[in-house]
Amino acid sequence: MNPKLAQKIAFIILLLATILVIVPVGMIVVIIVVKGAPAINWEFLLAMPSKGMRAGGIFPAIVGTIYLVAATILFAIPVGVFSAIYLVEYARENLLTRMVKLAIINLAGVPSIVYGLFGLGLFVIFLGFGPSIIAGALTLAIMILPIIITTSKEALDSVPRSYREASLALGASKWQTIRHVVLPSALPGILTGIILGISRAAGETAPILFTVAAFYLPRLPRTMFDQVMVLPYHLFVVSTQIPNIKTEYTYATALVLVGIVLIANLAAIILRSKYRKKI
Amino acid sequence: MTKIAVEKLNLFYGDFQALINVDIRIPANKITSMIGPSGCGKSTLLRTVNRMNDLVDGARVDGKIIIDGDNVLDSGYDLVSLRKRVGMVFQRPNPFPMSVASNITFGLRVHGSAKRGDFDNIVEDSLKKVLLWDDLKDRLDRSALSLSLEQQQRLCIARLIAVKPEILLMDEPCSALDPIATERIEQLMIELKENYTIVIVTHNMQQASRISDSTGFMWLGELIEYGATDMIFTNPKQKLTQDYITGRAG
Ligand SMILES: Nc1ncnc2c1ncn2[C@@H]1O[C@H](COP(=O)(O)OP(=O)(O)OP(=O)(O)O)[C@@H](O)[C@H]1O
Ligand SMILES: [Mg+2]
Repeated sequence: MNPKLAQKIAFIILLLATILVIVPVGMIVVIIVVKGAPAINWEFLLAMPSKGMRAGGIFPAIVGTIYLVAATILFAIPVGVFSAIYLVEYARENLLTRMVKLAIINLAGVPSIVYGLFGLGLFVIFLGFGPSIIAGALTLAIMILPIIITTSKEALDSVPRSYREASLALGASKWQTIRHVVLPSALPGILTGIILGISRAAGETAPILFTVAAFYLPRLPRTMFDQVMVLPYHLFVVSTQIPNIKTEYTYATALVLVGIVLIANLAAIILRSKYRKKI
Repeated sequence: MTKIAVEKLNLFYGDFQALINVDIRIPANKITSMIGPSGCGKSTLLRTVNRMNDLVDGARVDGKIIIDGDNVLDSGYDLVSLRKRVGMVFQRPNPFPMSVASNITFGLRVHGSAKRGDFDNIVEDSLKKVLLWDDLKDRLDRSALSLSLEQQQRLCIARLIAVKPEILLMDEPCSALDPIATERIEQLMIELKENYTIVIVTHNMQQASRISDSTGFMWLGELIEYGATDMIFTNPKQKLTQDYITGRAG
């Protein structure tokens, strides 16, 4: 084939592939917004559900989702970031660290329903938390740990050796070096991992199914040991379990879920770019 | 007066011996340069003085390095105080990705060795000593990474000066700089030697002869010859030294 023609064909194929990536994302967003937006109003956002969830709002599910994601992040960030620091900065290459790394990779490949069953067994039943925010958050935290550890490790690994050397040569201890030099440089990368973690935790249904999600609970939680309604599961419920529900209601629920994830991501992205600028 | 006395120093990286029986007395308030072909152990020698080689897995040393009467290689020797007294400048300028001022106060913050209220004065003093103050006084909160390489290297020296070291170890400090910047850093070193003992590793023989008072020539881990710079460059005693500086070996 003539190289110019080949070049043209290759270009077109690559371009089409790229466009194909945008199409589904665009369609999802457009459909959700067009069908859901008309149903969004203050009552929908801030009222309790009523009439078997066919009317009223989704306030408890919004609050439940925010609580759950916040608690998940609270558990997952320290464990994930600290273990990444340990693996990168302290651990020597030996059988234990190889096993830990293998475990992280495998953890990332476990289907989410398996996390749900694991959380049911460990947190809900064995530890006796019952279906509760804490049980759901711990389950989700374990699920997003691999994401946070892997991205944090990459971020730490990419901090130039020369920064560490400069700091140590100035008499800083290893921990001071990590605390004052390595972590600040790695923070944007770590935040990326946290963003991914938030999105994943907010959107999954299977892990929360048996550990926290309530089918219908028109009140707000008072403690970490209360059950809550959560948006992804609520979405599942309103789209499959309740006959004769207005479709706007379903789409509006999806829109709110997407909106919350988007806002959380946006906050983290702003934080990250602020940090990048400081550097 | 001798500032650093290295006695019978042997260093091994695993099975490989990188320093063989090195003996050298480095005088106070002078510039001493170490020359020799790539891989002969110059950096290793420098990194043993401030014990950066402690970080290398499998590195072992024996022998002594005596600074002000104490053997810094003793396992009980306080590394923090050693590294405060012995600063190191690296081949590539490596300022932290922070503001100019934070770079200079880094050591102070880590050691808690000065009050916050004194920081501004110390920043000014340190920058003046490396002749950066006039250039940077209005840009103290700019990122250090936005500076030119020469300014970065000066800043790295200022960062050391802030913690009041006595010895400056410089490992090819000009190799990333252009000739004009190199000359200016050399000028700076000559000014600094009044207050500091300077050891510089360099591949640039003109540089060694221009700025240093004494010179050591290393070859495959051994210190072949050490003496006044004039002597080493005009009238070396060892044939190997002669061959190296005239370009016949190395
Ligand atoms: N961390 C290390 N582990 C094993 N061997 C090393 C290590 N660092 C240096 N060496 C070896 O020790 C020898 C001396 O290295 P060194 O870096 O001190 O040489 P140098 O004289 O500074 O060379 P250059 O002029 O290229 O900087 C070399 O053979 C090098 O390969
Ligand atoms: Mg070297």
